[in-house]
Amino acid sequence: MVKITIKDLTFSYGSNKILDDLNVVLDDAEVLSLVGPNGSGKTTLIKCIDRILKPEGSILLDGKEVQSMKQQEIARQMGYVPQSSSAPLATTVFDTVLMGRRPRISWRVSDKDISKVADTLELLNLQELALRDFAQLSGGQKQKVLIARALAQEPSVLLLDEPTSNLDMKHQLEVMETISALVKERGISAVMAIHDLNLAARFSDKLVMLKRGVVYAAGSPDELLSEKNISDVYGVEALVMRSLDKPCIIPLRSLNGGAVCMT
Amino acid sequence: MQSAHSRDTSVPDLRAEYQKFIGRKLLFMISLILGTIILAGYATTRGSANIGVIEVYTAILAKFFPGTFESTWFADTIVWGLRLHRILMAIVGGIGLAVAGAVMQGILKNPLASPFTLGISSAAGFGAALAIVMGAGLVGGEWLIVGNAFVFTLLASLAVYGLAKYRGITPETMILAGIAIMYLFQAMTSFLQYIGQAEQVQEVVFWMMGSLGRSSWDKVWIVSGIIAICFPYLLLKSWDINALGAGDETAKSLGVNVERTRVICMMLVSLITAAVICFTGTIGFIGLVAPHITRMVIGGDHRFLLPASAMVGAILLLASDTVARTIFAPVILPVGIMTAFLGVPFFIYLFMRHKKEFW
Repeated sequence: MVKITIKDLTFSYGSNKILDDLNVVLDDAEVLSLVGPNGSGKTTLIKCIDRILKPEGSILLDGKEVQSMKQQEIARQMGYVPQSSSAPLATTVFDTVLMGRRPRISWRVSDKDISKVADTLELLNLQELALRDFAQLSGGQKQKVLIARALAQEPSVLLLDEPTSNLDMKHQLEVMETISALVKERGISAVMAIHDLNLAARFSDKLVMLKRGVVYAAGSPDELLSEKNISDVYGVEALVMRSLDKPCIIPLRSLNGGAVCMT
Repeated sequence: MQSAHSRDTSVPDLRAEYQKFIGRKLLFMISLILGTIILAGYATTRGSANIGVIEVYTAILAKFFPGTFESTWFADTIVWGLRLHRILMAIVGGIGLAVAGAVMQGILKNPLASPFTLGISSAAGFGAALAIVMGAGLVGGEWLIVGNAFVFTLLASLAVYGLAKYRGITPETMILAGIAIMYLFQAMTSFLQYIGQAEQVQEVVFWMMGSLGRSSWDKVWIVSGIIAICFPYLLLKSWDINALGAGDETAKSLGVNVERTRVICMMLVSLITAAVICFTGTIGFIGLVAPHITRMVIGGDHRFLLPASAMVGAILLLASDTVARTIFAPVILPVGIMTAFLGVPFFIYLFMRHKKEFW
């Protein structure tokens, strides 16, 4: 069943067009990864879906136009995990995650809200950090706390802007496995902007390859991650092999005169 | 990675820990309220007039139980005519400035923000100077200085809003617009001081130092009324202020109307600050430091930070004023000087001890 339908989406900063006439479809319980070089519009598209930015065109969530929904209603449906991780001064991890309940509470925090936060912290193995100041955490820990905050919203769609960018290999896998498990177990959908093509190939059901604000290609990782596509979109010569029954990309050299990466 | 459905015994512990954490915050707030009452009770008995503790409390009780307690005219005048409204003004003024500071630091995401960040104090100073030096103002008589300070404070806020609105209401645009307005009003005040008589300049400088000596019962009720109207709304917006601290994009994604929240909070803060400083002059430090002191003890959740900061502000201003009017009695020092003298060592002590653990 279709979860999100993006039709003819265009977004500009002044005269600078960032996204141009995009059409994307995301199904229920599916992980869709937006890939493409820096400046291709991945982050902007995520923000447009969440109405942080206001684009032209149409975004349908469960058949309902997102533009006609109130911000509060959108917040109950979509949880956003930003790239940067700031928090109010002197805020604990527990309070940071509790903030995710904001779209669902008026003022008073109920026992259910506290349980929801506790459950989410446990789910992401963060319970040991619950008593700590958010500002004192490592980059990877902060990233997981932000994912926990989005999950505390009980969203039907998770929007993640480069969720693995600050993480080491272990934490990258842990976060991606968490997202993948949540999507399958809870039947929610996820849209993520991601740079690592190997992680995208392994954990995504569908990829959308963006180049200069337009959809260059869309499909399964197997269909999309070819040497030609990578060369066209990234300007990089790469080897595409198979590992764990998924495409595995080994970048060789930049086609714009960069240094040799591997021979 | 655990299953989404798994759960072990640590969850109830976490819940209990959190409840304990909240309990500690509430205990802190109750202690502050009790501290304020005790300090106010003590402050009522202190002063340059030679009356004893029993006389002071007899004068207070005589007002409520006239048949049971009998006071003297002198004690009545000292307690009801001089001390009590001054003490209450210190409490409500401290509450107002501290709440205003906490909200400004929250909505601007800036630990250096205070009620005066948007050029409010300079505007109030200019309004007062205009009244003192030129005798010009919108309201005449005894309210000339007060009216000018109030009106120019609100004008400054509107100017900051207008300038920031032009470029988009963000912390950066608001702070920059506030700095511009501050320098403009400072320059105009300096000009008035330059052309004013020596006595007028002295009066302007004294006004800007801040003093509770100009308080009266009427003024206490006005300030209390404005705070009573604005504070509940700000408290109601605690979640939104919390979310703003995580960044505008995150706040929007959590359903907060970022621009409207920031503008309304700014306007209410301006109103509270204007109400306080038009009667007291510019009392610095409280609005900047009371929220920090509170945050160090109970963390940054504005649901608790706002009321607790309010009480810390009340205690700081009341303690400062009590010392200011008794340390060199019968000479009374401007409270604006004393707030920093007393507050800075306390703040540094907390700053050095602080371990950034809030549970």
